[in-house]
Amino acid sequence: MLEGLTILIVLQFIGEIIAGVTRAPIPGPVIGLGLLAGYALWRGAIPQQIEIAGDAILKHLSLLFVPAGVGLIAFGDRLLNEGTRLLVVLIASTAVTMAVTALAFRFLTRRMKEDA
Amino acid sequence: MSLRSLDPGQFWIYLAEQPLFFLALTLGAYLVGDRIAAATGRSPLANPVLIAIILVGAVLLLSGTPHQRYFEGARFIHVLLGPATVALALPIFRNRALIAKQWRTIALALLIGAVTGIASTLLFAKVLGLSSSTLASLAPKSVTAAIAMGISEQVGGNPPLTAVIVIATGVLGAIIVTPLMNLLNITDYAARGFAVGISAHGIGTARALQVNERAGAYAALGMALNGLMTAILVPLLLYLFL
Repeated sequence: MLEGLTILIVLQFIGEIIAGVTRAPIPGPVIGLGLLAGYALWRGAIPQQIEIAGDAILKHLSLLFVPAGVGLIAFGDRLLNEGTRLLVVLIASTAVTMAVTALAFRFLTRRMKEDA
Repeated sequence: MSLRSLDPGQFWIYLAEQPLFFLALTLGAYLVGDRIAAATGRSPLANPVLIAIILVGAVLLLSGTPHQRYFEGARFIHVLLGPATVALALPIFRNRALIAKQWRTIALALLIGAVTGIASTLLFAKVLGLSSSTLASLAPKSVTAAIAMGISEQVGGNPPLTAVIVIATGVLGAIIVTPLMNLLNITDYAARGFAVGISAHGIGTARALQVNERAGAYAALGMALNGLMTAILVPLLLYLFL
């Protein structure tokens, strides 16, 4: 568990350094994700220690968004100026994006006969 | 009106100075949220993140605690978002055979989803008469906060406002995904997951992982790819709309 967690943190750290040096518009953790995926593809497997730690964190991924989410309440007054209209935009565009993406995915899967 | 102004009890002052208190509050609020979600059979409306935000927010508002002080304790949870994002390589890797077979579908659906995400946001915002600076803050709302704030800054938006909008989008997305996909009769977990990852980043991905591992894998993939795509597309589409 501890070994795996250390590796995940080190991969994030390497990702942060790469992001900083290259000034790429990608955050360090996403680069770390790419590094881990690349390593696993190269080796054909994910080290068991990483699986144990990774699965343990991912099981409670929702929890990790709570501190940032509480900011919604702290900065709520910012939302109040244009509040209702802003909320309408968020709900409508999120629903449209989700629907269009899912329908496109289904259409393309059938079209390209890539169905599982 | 705050608890503090009513009764500036020494006990509360002591508690509020302990980062551990806010760490425990966050964990406790999430556990309550998770119990409620489980009790409702994981109803989309009983989203554990939303319940926890409301519970913690209520305590902070009633006690007049500044967000900064809360964050001193809660950041121990917040920092784990980094390694958790790295760990999203696990579900993606486990579904690699299927993903490799579907790469053309994934690439095209990514482009369609990313363009729709930005264009629909700008269109609705413009129709409703929101200001140009709000438009710039809204445009990258579908992607994870770190990327969205960077884009927002680059195109003249307000990064802290963008962060709030991103979280709100994620929570909304996690709530609407199940009913919306059922309504559209989308039964393929790859399509459902990819759609929620593209439109509602990590919070949507967290919901997908709770429902089905394959949905989680596609959500994680959609989220990571859309971060890149949106960074490229926002400046372009914003130029067209402003």
